Amino acid sequence: MPRRSGTSPPAALLAILLSGTLAGAEPIAPADRRSGFDQMSPAIQAMQRDDESNPGLLAVADGAELWTARPPSGRPACSGCHGEAASSLRGVAARYPAWDARMERPIDLQDRVNACRREHQGIEPLPYESPDLLALTAFVATQSRGLPIAPPDDDRLTPARNRGRALFEARQGQLGLSCAICHDDLWGRRLGAAVIPQGQPTGYPLYRLEWQGLGSLQRRLRNCLTGMRAEPFAYGAPDFVALELYLATRAAPLPVETPAVRP
Amino acid sequence: MARALINLPKTAKAGDVIAIKTLMAHPMETGFRPGADGRILPRNIVTEFVCRFEDEEIFRAELFPASAANPFLTFTWVATRSGRFSFTWRGDGGFDQTETASITVA
Repeated sequence: MPRRSGTSPPAALLAILLSGTLAGAEPIAPADRRSGFDQMSPAIQAMQRDDESNPGLLAVADGAELWTARPPSGRPACSGCHGEAASSLRGVAARYPAWDARMERPIDLQDRVNACRREHQGIEPLPYESPDLLALTAFVATQSRGLPIAPPDDDRLTPARNRGRALFEARQGQLGLSCAICHDDLWGRRLGAAVIPQGQPTGYPLYRLEWQGLGSLQRRLRNCLTGMRAEPFAYGAPDFVALELYLATRAAPLPVETPAVRP
Repeated sequence: MARALINLPKTAKAGDVIAIKTLMAHPMETGFRPGADGRILPRNIVTEFVCRFEDEEIFRAELFPASAANPFLTFTWVATRSGRFSFTWRGDGGFDQTETASITVA
């Protein structure tokens, strides 16, 4: 698939013909992908853009502190191995979820933080949605701010990615909706008073005004599943990571916005 | 200790109007919401914010249960001379935090 629609007519025609014949055609072409940022009110856009008013930065500052804090086990702090986060972690979050050879499954950034704690720091993993895990994840992801989401080209991820796509497109819950019905087909239109975004996970963990706090992509997905009256997966479920994987592929090459602000 | 972000220019010219922005990490629990166990969570809000410049009060705000979490307050000040600002937040449960910042006025 071409990355831009503004290619020469024969190439564009070829792309259209190809996308019609390929079973795995992308529902939203890369050039049409939009961050939810573009659909927010100017006031909330300003809140996110301005580092002095973005409340997500409070958690990032907490994360920076945790990054250099020595764990009680006496092993090195995060910074002991990784050094200066601004250089060593630049672009890392843009590649997650990624394959973990030790666990032999794809893991997202939160799982990566917890795997590091367990294996290298000898301390307990942090619970999902705990302020410390969100702060560390936000701190790590913020180092990739502005870089395009670049899912790894790794064949071992393909089954999970396909599973994620199947979940995204499958009808579920009492309302019989799928993620794709709203976010692939009806984005830009309204659901009640709210504009339907494409559902691009560009800014997680993000500060949601409705939550009055920071939350992960899994929390957001649980919200959506509950809204569809489907049973949400448990935090850390492989199906969530599969969805995150597909969503990252679907969002590339939008830039990472962490910590984003959403209504 | 809760985290606060304070932003103001490090330097200013005399007579300039400068914007001071403050963001305080605080849950601002209203006292009206039930918790996971169905019981009402006790109110926990910031009730008062005061900014002083060299012990002279330049801005004060009273906050109430309808304020959002992590209250963001921004206000302006006419730069007169160099000195130190102190920012104090007080609230329920003995919450009391003071941060400082300095400015050089040329």
